[in-house]
Amino acid sequence: MAITLSGDQSIPAPPLSSRLTPAQVWGIVLLAPYLLVFLAFVVYPVCYGLWLARAPSNYVALYNDPIFARAAVNTLIFLVIGINIKMLIALFLSGFFAQQRPWIKWLSVIFILPWAVPSIPTILSVRFMLNPEWGVINHIIFSLTGDDGPNWLNDPTVALSMAIGVHIWKSLPFWTLILITGRLAIAHDLFEAAEVDGASWWQKFRYITWPSMQTLYITCTLLSMIWTLGDFNSVYLLTGGGPADLTHVLSTLGIRYLRLDQLSLAMASIVCAMPFVLPLVYFMMKRLSR
Amino acid sequence: MKLPGVSEFSWRDVATEARLLLIGIPVFLWTMIPIYHMFLFAISPKEDAFSGKLWPDHPTLHNFEIVFKQQHYFLRDFYVQFWNSLVIAASVGVLTLVIATAAAFSISRLKVPGGRVVLNLALFTYFIPAAFLAVPMYRTMGNYGLLNNHWSLILAMVTIASPYAIWVLKQASDKLPVELDEAAVMDGATTLQIFRLVYLPLMMPSLVAIGTYAVLLAWNEYLYAFLLLSNDREITLPVALGNFLAADDSPWELLMTTGFIYALPPAAVYYAFRRYMVGGLTAGAVKS
Repeated sequence: MAITLSGDQSIPAPPLSSRLTPAQVWGIVLLAPYLLVFLAFVVYPVCYGLWLARAPSNYVALYNDPIFARAAVNTLIFLVIGINIKMLIALFLSGFFAQQRPWIKWLSVIFILPWAVPSIPTILSVRFMLNPEWGVINHIIFSLTGDDGPNWLNDPTVALSMAIGVHIWKSLPFWTLILITGRLAIAHDLFEAAEVDGASWWQKFRYITWPSMQTLYITCTLLSMIWTLGDFNSVYLLTGGGPADLTHVLSTLGIRYLRLDQLSLAMASIVCAMPFVLPLVYFMMKRLSR
Repeated sequence: MKLPGVSEFSWRDVATEARLLLIGIPVFLWTMIPIYHMFLFAISPKEDAFSGKLWPDHPTLHNFEIVFKQQHYFLRDFYVQFWNSLVIAASVGVLTLVIATAAAFSISRLKVPGGRVVLNLALFTYFIPAAFLAVPMYRTMGNYGLLNNHWSLILAMVTIASPYAIWVLKQASDKLPVELDEAAVMDGATTLQIFRLVYLPLMMPSLVAIGTYAVLLAWNEYLYAFLLLSNDREITLPVALGNFLAADDSPWELLMTTGFIYALPPAAVYYAFRRYMVGGLTAGAVKS
């Protein structure tokens, strides 16, 4: 840290230090650790990855790989169907959990569990429940109907639906919690006034709840899209991408190429998602840094 | 004479309660079934576990004994792996707190030039899907010579946890009155003294929330752990659980028992710090 003494110094002080107060110098020192982490583990990997994925041949190879096309479609299904179901249920449940009842308060404490506990044992637990021979679900189906249940993870459509179900199971509590916070922020007298006017629950939702929560709901949906793109566990731990690599999504596909030692294909498959991700990221950053 | 409709009102209450239960019961079952199923496996002898019973005929703690005595091929390194998970999660918690608190203090209180830019860069990282960053990160750790070293996982998790930590801590810092800093400067406090004696004590609740968040994130992480670590004695518990699946006849009852033990600490930590977590984390996640 250079210190400027007085104006009559013969050697001019370095311009930078003369403009910085000691507090600002400390500011730079305290910010440096994060900047180092950011440069070493975000900037360098991303640039290096983009450089590896630069050859057009990678994209031709992806285009010709039927697994890639399937994964892209699966990702879209996951996002459009999975997220909308999840967010609508979360919106509905936020109304349920906003009710003042002791037993509902207890239930809300339990309801958080899927979010708090790690993915791997719980998703593997679901995986075993769906096992066609030993799983509890087919045992129940057999004892009720006398017929064997379906082979849940053997049909790609069913297996993908189950993965979406697991994803919803895991992330529903978080979004419900956020939407409860949003709901509780609505002024209570609005509802009381509507009650006096004899409004139905739908009218209350339509004219009070929804208008005040619309922005929050849309922001949550978009943020959830970004995070769902990064959800590797739901698909990988439940189906492993199978049967016959038909349930991959972009996140598991990238890791699959990585495991096959095709790093440039792995990066290229992620680059393909960027035109979709970047507008979302830009929008979220604008919303949050306002 | 018409009595003030006692029975009428209570009928309405019963109907409302019934409707709420109609939602509450499925929500309870939906939440608990996978967790209960895991617990059921953990307390069942092998025959019961595979028979699809909803409660074992002879509940037993035998599976726990096998795990704790490491009496199975897959469990040889149980304690080492548990310890690895613990050390990595604790290191991630401490490092994230140090890096993020310093950055938040610098951006929010010292108004360092360019702080706004760094905050935006951090936010950008927060929004990169985790599995997407994993691909180049894996190769980068290889280039740095850190693969199979705990530092690779620690640094990767710090990279992922810091942006959100900085974001939440910066929001909390902004709420502290500027007058406190000014008064301390008047009294002749140096920047470091302000940080230590004024800033840190006031930020304690947010620091607890963020520390817990980082520890849980690292403890629960599977993808990065499974990419970056591979030796049996270096891996964390989730990777060991994933490796169970490699066998043709996986000992599922032991897998579920180990999984249950592994899931207990985060659940306990979460409930212990729930007061801090819910307020601190949801406020930062989405600013409405």
